[in-house]
Amino acid sequence: MKNSHLKELTKGIWKENPIFVIMLGMCPTLAVSTQVSNALGMGLGVVFVLTLSNIFISLLKKVIPDSIRIPSYIVIIASFVTILEMLMHAYMPSLYDALGIYLSLIVVNCVILGRAEAFANKNSILDSALDGIGMGLGFTLGLTIIALIREVLGSGTITLFAIGGWDGVIRIPGLASTPIRVVGMSAGALLVMGLLKAFFTWKDSKKGEEK
Amino acid sequence: MSYIGILVTYIFVNNFILVKFMGICPFIGVSKNSSSAIGMGVAVTFVTSVTSVVCWMVYYGLLAPFGLEYLRTISFILVIAAMVQLVEMVIRKFSPSLYKALGIYLPLITTNCAVLGIAIINIDSGYNLLESFVAGAAAGLGFTMAIILMSNIREKLELTPVRKTFKGVPITFISAGIMALAFMAFDSSLLTNLGLV
Repeated sequence: MKNSHLKELTKGIWKENPIFVIMLGMCPTLAVSTQVSNALGMGLGVVFVLTLSNIFISLLKKVIPDSIRIPSYIVIIASFVTILEMLMHAYMPSLYDALGIYLSLIVVNCVILGRAEAFANKNSILDSALDGIGMGLGFTLGLTIIALIREVLGSGTITLFAIGGWDGVIRIPGLASTPIRVVGMSAGALLVMGLLKAFFTWKDSKKGEEK
Repeated sequence: MSYIGILVTYIFVNNFILVKFMGICPFIGVSKNSSSAIGMGVAVTFVTSVTSVVCWMVYYGLLAPFGLEYLRTISFILVIAAMVQLVEMVIRKFSPSLYKALGIYLPLITTNCAVLGIAIINIDSGYNLLESFVAGAAAGLGFTMAIILMSNIREKLELTPVRKTFKGVPITFISAGIMALAFMAFDSSLLTNLGLV
């Protein structure tokens, strides 16, 4: 029993990773992955919205009539996104400015609506909450990997959050002075995503051969 | 900014797919053949133009006078959902074949970032009603152009030998990346040089 709950949590992180395996939520993934700190912030936002909306939709699954379920889910998700926007505006203004419009666009992130439709309206509250956390963390992981590749190659730095006197930026010697700029630009995002997807397909095909 | 300036901005300089990455899901999903790509493009252009106007009216007519700006996201997404439903009914009535071709992707326009994106951008940029309409139409046209170009590339790719690991989605992303490289030629200095700012 306990094992199955654990599985709901971990499946989203690697085996059903929303970005690399199910290919959902591409828009924010590509747009926000210019800096590691933005990717982490966006990821946390998605974990927050996804977990709470999964819990609420699971709670209300008997109340919401089947024919208007999608609009109802969208309203629930939009409410949590609004809460997130307000919280972030108040407590993390620099991150709020960096994410800009993509923060509001969490509403139309397919990961969240997809999980509501595919999981939360059929499963118990606990499982839905775990699924939300797992999928959210998987999304954060995927986003951070892409951001790491793009920031290291594109500007030769790794931007984390500023703590105390440290400005939160790790500079990589050699790359920081002569970065491969195109990776940080919009074209680079698409190229990196294509290569990563090819890598995951290749890994899957190898696994298939072993079996 | 002049109306032509707005058109050029959202079709070329800030192309929604290749620069802002809004609407990547349908871009990858529906670009397999050019006829459904055109259908999707037309549907999205229609929805972005209409929702830009309606969302502008909702924001300045209902939300702003009562100090309810924070309800922006919720009210916009409801407007969009209603408009998409309308478009779906119209297409089903007048063109059942197009309706079949667009299939699952039509309801998905609701969750197309481009539609909500342009509605929010219009408000953030402080456009007036007509400018919002032009920006919405331009964003839709930019989307249509990118998706039609992509579908032509993919039809050619069908006939080319591609390594097994790159087949399908990966090569699509890489082609889109190369397209985006070409689009880097259109940057904001283009607007200044043409005197459109």
